[in-house]
This record gives sequence, C-alpha cells and structure tokens, in this order.
Amino acid sequence: MSTTLVDDLRFALSPDRVRTDATELFLYGRDASNMVGAAVAICFPLTTVEVQSCVLTARRHGVPFVARGSGTGLAGGAVPPEGAVVIVLTKMNRVLSVDIANRMAWVEPGVLNLDLSKHMAAHGLHFAPDPSSQQSCTIGGNVANNSGGPHCLAEGVTNGHILGVEMVLPSGEIIELGGTAPEPIGFDLRGVVVGSEGMLGVVTRVLVKLTPNPPAVKTMLLAFASTGAGATTVSAIIAAGILPAALEMMDAPITRAVEAFAHAGFPTDAEAVLIVEVDGLPHAVADAVERVRVIGDAHGATSIRIAADANERALIWKGRKSAFGAIAQIKPNYYLHDTVVPRAKLVEVLEQVYEIAARHDLLVMNVFHAGDGNLHPLLVFDKREPGVLEHVHQAGDEIVAASVAAGGVLSGEHGIGLEKREYMSMMFSPVDLDLQARLRDVFDPDHISNPDKVLPAGSRCADIDSLAPGMWI
Amino acid sequence: MDLTAFAETIGTSGPVTIAGLSTRGGHVQGVRIVQAPSGILEYNPAEMTLRCGAGTAMNEIEMALLGAGQIVALESGGTIGGALATAASDIRRLGRGPARDTLLQARFVTAEGLVAKAGGPTVKNVSGFDLCRLLVGSLGTIGMLGEVIVRTRPAPAVSRWFAGDATPDSVRSKLYRPSAILSDGRTTWVCLEGHADDVSEQSALCGLAETDGPPSLPPYRWSVPLEDTLRVLTDMNAPAVAEIGVGVIHASIEQPSPAISPAELVLHRSIADLFDPTGRLNPGRFPFQTSPVVH
Repeated sequence: MSTTLVDDLRFALSPDRVRTDATELFLYGRDASNMVGAAVAICFPLTTVEVQSCVLTARRHGVPFVARGSGTGLAGGAVPPEGAVVIVLTKMNRVLSVDIANRMAWVEPGVLNLDLSKHMAAHGLHFAPDPSSQQSCTIGGNVANNSGGPHCLAEGVTNGHILGVEMVLPSGEIIELGGTAPEPIGFDLRGVVVGSEGMLGVVTRVLVKLTPNPPAVKTMLLAFASTGAGATTVSAIIAAGILPAALEMMDAPITRAVEAFAHAGFPTDAEAVLIVEVDGLPHAVADAVERVRVIGDAHGATSIRIAADANERALIWKGRKSAFGAIAQIKPNYYLHDTVVPRAKLVEVLEQVYEIAARHDLLVMNVFHAGDGNLHPLLVFDKREPGVLEHVHQAGDEIVAASVAAGGVLSGEHGIGLEKREYMSMMFSPVDLDLQARLRDVFDPDHISNPDKVLPAGSRCADIDSLAPGMWI
Repeated sequence: MDLTAFAETIGTSGPVTIAGLSTRGGHVQGVRIVQAPSGILEYNPAEMTLRCGAGTAMNEIEMALLGAGQIVALESGGTIGGALATAASDIRRLGRGPARDTLLQARFVTAEGLVAKAGGPTVKNVSGFDLCRLLVGSLGTIGMLGEVIVRTRPAPAVSRWFAGDATPDSVRSKLYRPSAILSDGRTTWVCLEGHADDVSEQSALCGLAETDGPPSLPPYRWSVPLEDTLRVLTDMNAPAVAEIGVGVIHASIEQPSPAISPAELVLHRSIADLFDPTGRLNPGRFPFQTSPVVH
C-alpha cells in the first residue's frame, strides 16, 4: 500500500517537524509580498541529509518543493506553488566554522544576516551585504536573491561575498560548488547558484567571505530643497571619483514618516535627504568627507550634518532601515518596488514615478540606494479601499516600464520571483530567455525546485508551466 | 563590424575559434578563426560603466579610463574579451576584486549563431539567471563575446609597491585591506593604494621597503585554496609567485588537471551540451575535456 506524502515526510524527519495545520499552511504560504500560495506540508529539517530526504520525498510523490528562510522576500520568490512541500531552513542556523586568518566561515543557511556580523564582531570582521531586513533575513535567502543593501555600493552585492555553497540538487544529490579556492577553473557554478531564487536546488551550507571592519567611519546627512538637487549631488559625488560605502536618498514624505517614528534627527523640512557614509583609513575618510561637503554646498545643500559618534551614526541607520515600519503609521499596506536606472536618469525617472502615483491617486514615498541608481518607490495604500489594488498594480507596471525605458533593469536586489516574471520579456529576448531556461534545465530538468518563478511560461518550447489559480490576491 | 555581422561570421555550423591578441593562449589551431568587434562604444565616468567591443585592447580601455581617473579590475594586456573569457583578474585582485564581478552585461553569439544578451547595463542588477557568471572564465565555450559592459572604479590617488622579507601572514595581519600581497616563498611584495598619508602610515607598519612594482610573473595561473596557498607554493619546487588571500599562484609549470567531483562534472558537461551541443565553439577548450582527477 502506498503511503502519503505527509507520512513519508514525517518518517524522514520527525512528526513534530512536518506541519500541516491550517495556521502554519497559511503562514508559510506567503512571504513579504502580496502573493499567497498553497503548500501541503511545512518541513523543518535540521541537517543536509534531512533536506535531501524532503527533496527526494517530494520528488517521489511528484510534487514541487520550495526552500525558504524568514520569508522577507518582496517578489514572491518563496511563495509555494499549489501542492508544494515547503522546506523551512530557519532551524539550520549554526555558524559551523570560522577561519579568521583567511576571513571566511561556513554557516548554515538559516543564520540571520545581522547575527552573522554580530558573531564576527569580536574578530573585527563582518558580512558586507546588509539588506534593510538584516535583523530577520537569512543568509540562505541572501544567497537565493543575491541580496544587496546600502553598503553594497562599495562592497558589491551578495555574489561577491559567497565563496562556496553545499546544496541538494533537485535530483537529491548533495554537491559542493565553489569553495575555499576563489578562482576555480571551469564554469563558475557557484556564481550561477547565487541569485537563482531557489530554482536550482536547496542550499544547505554557505561559505561566506568576511570583510574587515573599517578603522574609520563617517556618516553625513545632507538636506536639499528639491529631489533634483539631491539626485544631481549623487551623480556629482560619483563623478568626482568618490565611492562612498553607502549613498542613500530619502524624499520628504518618507523623511517625515521616519522622523516621527525613529526620532533620528532627520531634517523634516527638506525635500530630499542624502545619507552619505564613507569608511576606510582615516586620511581617506577625512578627505572624502570634505569633498562631499564641498559638492553638497555647490549643489545647494540647505544643511550638512556629520554624525558625531557611533551612537548618532547608529540612529541614522536605524531610521533609514525602519522606513518600511514607519509608513504603517500612515496607511496599513505598502507595495515596495525595486528597479535600477542609470544615475544620470535618477531625476527624470523620479519625476515619472511621482507623476504615475499622482495619476493613480496613490501616495508614493522614495527611500533608496541612490549611489547605484537603485530606486525603491513605496506605494502606500489601504487595501480596503475599493479598486485600490488595481491601481497599485497598474502603477507598479508603469514604474517598471519607465525604469527599463530609461536604460535600467527590472530589479536591483529583490529578485524577479513571481512578481516580475511577466516583465522579463521587457528586458530579454526569446533567445536570452531560452538560454536562461537551459541553465535551469541543467540543474532541474523536471522543474520541481521552486518552479514557476523568474522565467515566464514558454521560455523554452517545452515549457507549459503555469501559475496556480488564485496565486494573486 | 556590428554584432549581426559578427554572428554571421560565426555562422550556424562547423568548428570556429575566436582570436584576440594571442595574449592568453590564443585561438584554437586548425579551426576557422573569427574576431570580435572592437572599439569603445560608450564611456560615462559618472555611471562607472564602459561599453565596448569584446575585441577592444585592454591597453586602449586603460588609456580611456586614465583620462577620467578610473580603472577596471581586469588583467592588463590582450583584449577585454580575452581577459573576461579567462577570468583574468588584475594582480591587485585582493583590493580591486575578481574579474567575475566586473562584467555587467554581455552580448554574445550562441552556438546556433544567434545574438543573445546576458545581464544588464546598470551597476546593480538581479534580473533573472546571471549568464554573465557563466560566461566569465568559460573560455569561449558558452558563447562568443561580442560586446560587453564592464564596471569601472575610481583610480586610487596613490599606488605604491613595497617589498621585503616579512612573512605574508605578518604583513596581512598588520594592514587594512592592501591591494595585493605577493610571495615567492622568500620575498613578500605589497601594494598599498589610496590616500597618500594612509599609504605612508600603512607602509610604516609592515616594515617593507619601497620597490618599483610587482615581480615578473611566470606564465601559468593556478587555482588553489586560500588556506593552502603557501603550502602549495612551498611544495611546488619551481619558480612561482602567490597572490595571498586570492587563491592564485603564478607558476612556471602548468597546474595538473583540476580535481572535480563526479556530480559537479556532470553539471559542467550538461552545460556544455545544452549551450553548444556539437562543441563547435573554441573546440577543445572545455576545461574538463580530458579525464579529470577525481577524489
């Protein structure tokens, strides 16, 4: 007699670590996006071998699986397709080994981003990618989405900070890609897995590269009377050959919301605020601060403040990273977008974003990684208002189209997931998409590892995958 | 020559090899030769990006960047396509980063003779599977690079080399993010870059004397684990220069066939089969062509 999927999963793990009650199915049927899926079992493995068992069991029963961490993703990348097994990796959260001399560590995928840096603080090291969700997002999720964060301007996104991964392939095979040799011969499979949104298998261990903490750090707050002045200052700083550690911009609505929430001393009368952080050796830092001050003055900065100490600096970053909590005071729902445009087009595209939001009668706030042109328009709304969701989605479509038309890309750090899957053809031709689909087929020819994400249906001729009904709410 | 013409020269069948300036091994012998478009197409220092034909000489690119006070983190010499296809990083990779992080977008010609695009034009991009990661270091076996957009960086105000007999480990522990630490087993070289006063203060910490530049490098590039770099260097018994903290050794003898697990080999072969089923692009260059050392 054949056993059920859930029986088999419970046998492979333990009964208490395979959950099927309605609350948990609901909870793990979604991530931080507005999309919901329909899982049949939620598994909490503790080891690579248990992950392998989940994969093999799902495979044997002909159902897809989705690996996830904390579910902070905004593009629906962790939303399970109908009937999927969800593999939750948050219980695999140990730092396994640290090599201080060579500045690397093997960690499990459920380690939280900020916990990793805290763990390394005593050694004067940190993990450079720092998404705003770093208190709750996992390293596994960072690997899946090739996550960014404010400090990726100088340090680069996650891909540059991952030396190797151990993963369970969709076939059930356990494999190690990359490793302690950072310049391997042959195809860079490690580099391909980072950012593949869980579609090539389940990453079960990660070899992270650690970055020395800078001896000197200065954080500046520049206020401007227009978003245009703020944005041109961004371009001027980069054009002057200064590469700050972080270069963030906030417009007036978000600055006021954040200040009311975090009391970080942000100038609430400004139309645009820049956070400029420079770090490194002391003379270089002092020099960059002075040059940024001169550039700010030349572009009409109405005030320039330099954080006096680590506490003040921490308060500024707390304010910046709590932006999305702060807006809950205004309206209950938000939709956060993520596109990149050339820096020279920041002013033009921002104006279009304001115009698009106004036309749809939506409140828009902007807090973003200006230094690398990574826009984060935040549409704020109350979903109980009739018809508002249609406007939110329509405005989102138009913002993405405006960004791509300006020479930009679909996503800077949140990924494609379900959210932007159908936008892929704005950026890629059928030939391009076919090649991406071939790469997926190398790892997952049966399309069971987080299927239906990233690649639009029909990316390869044989592809007849479709979204589960009711995937959008 | 535009990309369409480049694709036409590659065609849809028969073995074909790409020739640059023959700096990194050159084209495959006895096979029809094509050349990639060359020339800088777009350079905007404020965007920190440069678009050019893959056949453009690194020398020409470096001259253009110099005018705007910028650099690109690739090995000098030959063409940019060659540097990317071989993942050849600068000798200051420790500070400047790997070649793999340099390529933002590539237009390339597939084995079917079609023009395809990987990546995107901006410095930050996570739109779809990143085929640029596959192209860098693929020795022209995934597709032939036609046009690339690479990330540039501000050039350091000052760049100085120092050398002496301090051990690489002791030097590394004293310095904040040097641009290079090299060792031949006896002498240690360090490159310090940045603000002149920082460079002076850092150099005083490491107890090395100023020198003209890095030593000349033997021709073969080895990939080694970070933690084994000095041991491999010592065991080699041949002239070699190791890049500390990078996992690269420049050696006078070729590295034995790379060790690879059977499972990984299956993936490499499968990629080769799916992207170039007849093996017509740079035939013989697939790195695991011969029997690998399996362990």
